[in-house]
Amino acid sequence: MSNIDLSVNIGGLKLKNPVLLASGTVGYGNEISEFIDLSKIGGIVTKSISLNPRKGNPPQRIFETASGMLNAIGLANVGLDVFVKEKIPFLKKINSTLICNIAASSIEEYEKCVELLDSESTIKAFEINVSCPNVKEGGLIFGNDVNAVARITEKVRAKTNKPIIIKLSPNNANIVDYAEVVKKEGGNAVSAINTLIGTSFDIYSRKPKIKNITGGLSGPAIKPVALAKVLEISRKVDIPIIGIGGIMNWKDAVEFMIVGATAFQIGTVNFINPNAGIEIIDGLEKYCRQTSVNNLNELIASRIV
Amino acid sequence: MLIQDVLVLSNKLIAENTFLLEVEFPELSEQLKPGQFFNLQVTSNSFPLLRRPFSISDVTETSLFFMYKLVGEGTKIMSEKVKGDKINLLGPLGNSFAIDDQCEHAIFIGGGIGIAPFPFLIKDMKVNQKYSVLFGVRNKGEAHNYGMNNISYSSDNGSIGIKGNVIDLLKLKLNDVGDTNIQIFACGPNPMLRALKNYTDKLNLDCFVSMESAMACGFGICQGCPIEHKGSDNYQLICKDGPIFNIKDIEI
Repeated sequence: MSNIDLSVNIGGLKLKNPVLLASGTVGYGNEISEFIDLSKIGGIVTKSISLNPRKGNPPQRIFETASGMLNAIGLANVGLDVFVKEKIPFLKKINSTLICNIAASSIEEYEKCVELLDSESTIKAFEINVSCPNVKEGGLIFGNDVNAVARITEKVRAKTNKPIIIKLSPNNANIVDYAEVVKKEGGNAVSAINTLIGTSFDIYSRKPKIKNITGGLSGPAIKPVALAKVLEISRKVDIPIIGIGGIMNWKDAVEFMIVGATAFQIGTVNFINPNAGIEIIDGLEKYCRQTSVNNLNELIASRIV
Repeated sequence: MLIQDVLVLSNKLIAENTFLLEVEFPELSEQLKPGQFFNLQVTSNSFPLLRRPFSISDVTETSLFFMYKLVGEGTKIMSEKVKGDKINLLGPLGNSFAIDDQCEHAIFIGGGIGIAPFPFLIKDMKVNQKYSVLFGVRNKGEAHNYGMNNISYSSDNGSIGIKGNVIDLLKLKLNDVGDTNIQIFACGPNPMLRALKNYTDKLNLDCFVSMESAMACGFGICQGCPIEHKGSDNYQLICKDGPIFNIKDIEI
């Protein structure tokens, strides 16, 4: 039996398979490597790195909801210096494609982070998290401001030749507008979607279940929303899409690819089954054999509507 | 650490809303230590989605035991498991209890289902070490003595032991043991642990607590279980840096 070609190319970023582990669900690789052979995975996306360390939000940070979970971690991370000195050496060893996710509170901070990390050969691409509050302009979320997303893409583009992926928020009116400006300003791909804003309250204490009051909803509950956003972008903008949202198994992953994704990220499932990525690769291979697909790229946007 | 399906061997009600789940002993790459926990997946459906963390209550050569209280959807499904069913384990996780060699008398304090990790710790003790258990319950129905001797109870309504709480019991116990070299180990609801911290900080007692928190993963990647810790500017994680902490080091 010939080997199925699972490799994909996301705007210049070559991956041996389309399975990426999503930012914030793999830390910096060391903890999850006890459960999964990371060298087999298409790539991993680091926990968001900011210029300076962030302590993150006080507890309670997470709450389970119907087929999903809310989180408000608050971008807790070690900061750029510690990331370079203490985390990159391990990430270098695992032999998986590394995408560095960056979070910032100002456009200048995004630029600075990309500039400082660009020389790290282990980092093969940047994923820009635009779902952070713009501290300078009064805490508004960059990801809800199409002009800000355009400016961030333009500015980080000028600082690196590595592929730039902008991670889009679903919490806005028209996600297509955002994908369009990313393409126009030289971004190589978009990942869609980040979490949906949600909340939950205790009916007896009448208090919010998480300290931050609102959090990001993830898990199978958001999969239909994510698929619809990927479909919308795929129909209207010619840019590679990394699908994210509630993927639990290979069937969900195939669905994202058929709808329009070139690759996909798995997130919440890593908490429940840290070996899910490998199981998904196996499932993809079997599906391809069953359905006589020789090259996984045949699946991308192969929807019949 | 591992992820593994194991067979349920028994699942018994041992007190009001309190169950003891016995599963076949998993294949492990490391020796289990008292105070560690496993993250249990009670269903392969997406509701409930997340695993549930449970400390190891007891071990034998062939079995592993988890004591749990029926609280919500996850534990309801758990309580319906019968012999021959499968349950998925992830672990062992977290750090462990360590009783000093110099300790002459260990005092174990459990509030409600917080008693869960102590039978294993007691089994693991050196033979020449004495121990007492202070078990706080709401009422007599919640009380049991699984895997423990030398138990004093306190209850909210006085239906078993003294009417009061475990801090009242601790005061009495400290009078009893006099000048002996003691160490305290506790697990229970946060208000109880907060009261305990107030008391042990004041008297500068040697006390370790096992903390509880909602957690998605149990091994340090979701960052869902932070705790303020004296030793660092950043939060520590209950799952990975704990669940056992020196009570002096943490904010409860």
